[in-house]
Amino acid sequence: MLDGFFASTVVQSALLIGGAAAALSGIIGVFTILRGQSFAGHALADISSSGGALALLLGISPMAGFFGLSLLGGLGLGQRRRADSSLVAGIMLGAGLGLTALLLHFAVSQRGVAGAAVTIMFGSLFAAPPGAGAWALGGALAGLLLIACLYRPLLLASLSEELAALRGAKVRLLDVLFLGMLALSVTLSAMSVGAILSTALLIGPAATALRLTRRPPAAMALAALLGVACAWAGVALAYASYGWTPGRVWPVSFFITACVLLTYIIAAWRRG
Amino acid sequence: MSLAVSGLTVRLGGRDVLREVSFSLAPGAFCGLIGGNGSGKTTLLRTILGFQRQAAGRVERPQTAGYVPQKLQIAADMPVRARDLVELGFSSPRFFFPLPSAKRRQRVDEILAATGALGFANQRVGELSGGQFARVLIAHALAGDPRLLLLDEPLANLDLRAAAEIVALLRKLAARGVTILVSAHDMNPLLGAMDHVVYLANGRAASGPVAEVVRTEVLSALYGYHIDVIRVHGRVIVVAGERGVQAHGPEHVVAIP
Amino acid sequence: MFASYLLSGWIVASLVAFAAGFTGFFVVLRRESFAAHALPMAAFPGAAAAALCGVAQWPGLLVAALLGVALLFWLKRGQRRDAATALALVALLGLGALFLSLSGRYANAVYGLLFGQIFASSPADIPPALALAVLVPMALLMFFRPLLLGALSPDFTAGGAKGDVLFLIILALTASFALPVTGALLVFSLMTGPPGAACTLAASPRTGLMLSVVLAVALIWSALALSAATGWPAGFFTGVLAALLFLAARMWRRARQAPQLPGPA
Repeated sequence: MLDGFFASTVVQSALLIGGAAAALSGIIGVFTILRGQSFAGHALADISSSGGALALLLGISPMAGFFGLSLLGGLGLGQRRRADSSLVAGIMLGAGLGLTALLLHFAVSQRGVAGAAVTIMFGSLFAAPPGAGAWALGGALAGLLLIACLYRPLLLASLSEELAALRGAKVRLLDVLFLGMLALSVTLSAMSVGAILSTALLIGPAATALRLTRRPPAAMALAALLGVACAWAGVALAYASYGWTPGRVWPVSFFITACVLLTYIIAAWRRG
Repeated sequence: MSLAVSGLTVRLGGRDVLREVSFSLAPGAFCGLIGGNGSGKTTLLRTILGFQRQAAGRVERPQTAGYVPQKLQIAADMPVRARDLVELGFSSPRFFFPLPSAKRRQRVDEILAATGALGFANQRVGELSGGQFARVLIAHALAGDPRLLLLDEPLANLDLRAAAEIVALLRKLAARGVTILVSAHDMNPLLGAMDHVVYLANGRAASGPVAEVVRTEVLSALYGYHIDVIRVHGRVIVVAGERGVQAHGPEHVVAIP
Repeated sequence: MFASYLLSGWIVASLVAFAAGFTGFFVVLRRESFAAHALPMAAFPGAAAAALCGVAQWPGLLVAALLGVALLFWLKRGQRRDAATALALVALLGLGALFLSLSGRYANAVYGLLFGQIFASSPADIPPALALAVLVPMALLMFFRPLLLGALSPDFTAGGAKGDVLFLIILALTASFALPVTGALLVFSLMTGPPGAACTLAASPRTGLMLSVVLAVALIWSALALSAATGWPAGFFTGVLAALLFLAARMWRRARQAPQLPGPA
């Protein structure tokens, strides 16, 4: 059984994409929670689903589609910390999902791709296109590198924009760069667990880590570790589930989400 | 008696914020609640209102009490005009949608006029200046027809002139029989107006007429530290410890040659 | 304008929009956009579970939405509100994905629940929609004053949490009734776009509420008309028109507030 698990190229690719997505999302997620942008992160994910639908319609790589549209959404979201930023995010999210509805409608009627909604919204880690693993790894490494360069100003700006500006940081530029990184992590997570479930990888491990430690670097390391562990456990469980209900694999996204939430509940329980 | 507090002890997070605080106010009294940051002013007001539970002691107050909270901010995108906020202060109907009526509108106009807020009645509350907003919040509290009005640091962010105008307004209300309890970290803007003072420090309170409480002996006993009360031109300066070395708050720092 | 078989869809959509206009006004004032997005999504596994067990959708939806409210409040302790909302959302959505996958009617059901199949509604969908359009406005009008005061500042109402619970339950009700006919997306767009525009334009809460309802109904009518004319999904038009409406309202207000420039003589 285990031999088959690791020998399968599908599984290898799933482990690679899921791991890369979870590691990047865990770290970006800590910043997202500290900046109070959880809704923006989720909105970007929902908006990116129209990119997935567009890619399906045009027959291009879904990763390019997800990334393009979530980047566009990030630019549209603009600045945070406005009183109405959640309303703006919500309305953009609605427009983005509306676009998804239209593109899916075309995809189904013109190209006959049944089940497209499921693939885009809830993911299909086992059906990733060949080569996606390499792209995911590259994307995650690029994102991690960017965070390493921007770590100090980004953290300071997350806590207080004024303090960061006093230290000479360009707060507006940081906002845009952060939304770019958020778009990248949303893209990778959307490839793994689907657009609307990608929030599980972004917020879940980060929230768990922040319950366990207050120090930002430790929280980021912990979130990345927990995320990768959950993603891999989810892949393994989905693989094993083939034997539970004959002939049908339980969705890998469900297992990843369940692992993420279980770790959060255990952490919250232990901390009271 | 309009407000009677006896033996009030309030515990927050395992710490006694207030210890055996007792004082009472007659109808129409104008009382200043004075103390530094963290001295328990807000806690005392919220306990009187019943928002906060006491560990011991009793509060007797009239059924209708008005409250002006501290540091309240309403975003400019809220579709609520000054007159709407005042109308929301009416205690009836508590539930159900208030249908527009000429009588209510007239009553709102009266309250707005009495608080000097008629000039900006149709502006959104989020767009008002600090002094204007303070007037509207007082008008909102008055709409419930209170016998007791509690105000939490209403003067904190106002310029000197706006502060003086708000104090004059509160004085007018006290003259009409409304008991006023207003908290402040600086007592000077209230000095001419208040006839009673409750001074909070170390969780304990000293209360009585201003001349009896704001004295070196009383405040020194309250703080458990030597305090000098200096009177200059009818103003009061409260200075701690050795002369001019350590002040009670930045407002009170004076260089004594 | 519509063929007779489209009529029940049109009636159901109007009723849902009417209720959503009311709920949405408070969603915008109380800054609960994320919860308004999360609760319809959280109701989703209820429908999926009902499909799996082969029972009626309503009880499943209601239970799931109320479970979402409870989960939200449990997670909120010791956590930022938006992060807690995100966690509650993915918890229930993940379950929904599982139930749907097990029921074997994955593809069509997902599209329908997310984006709605308004023209597929039958006359049987009218009574629940009518109940929604009566109950929700009644509840909101009854608690108009405390809900509005609580939205302005928790300092105005001593027991802020009570109003919070009440409002989220009303929101969950709206979501679970509206979801099967209009989809999670459509009801969310109706609860943010028109009320957002109404709050931008209206001066007082009373006109704001009325404008919100009128705009929501007008929006769904335009979306349905455009959808019937083009054959494109109604969810697309609702989402995009909601955003355009909000944008137009913002621009109109900004233009009115901008200082008058001296024009050419």
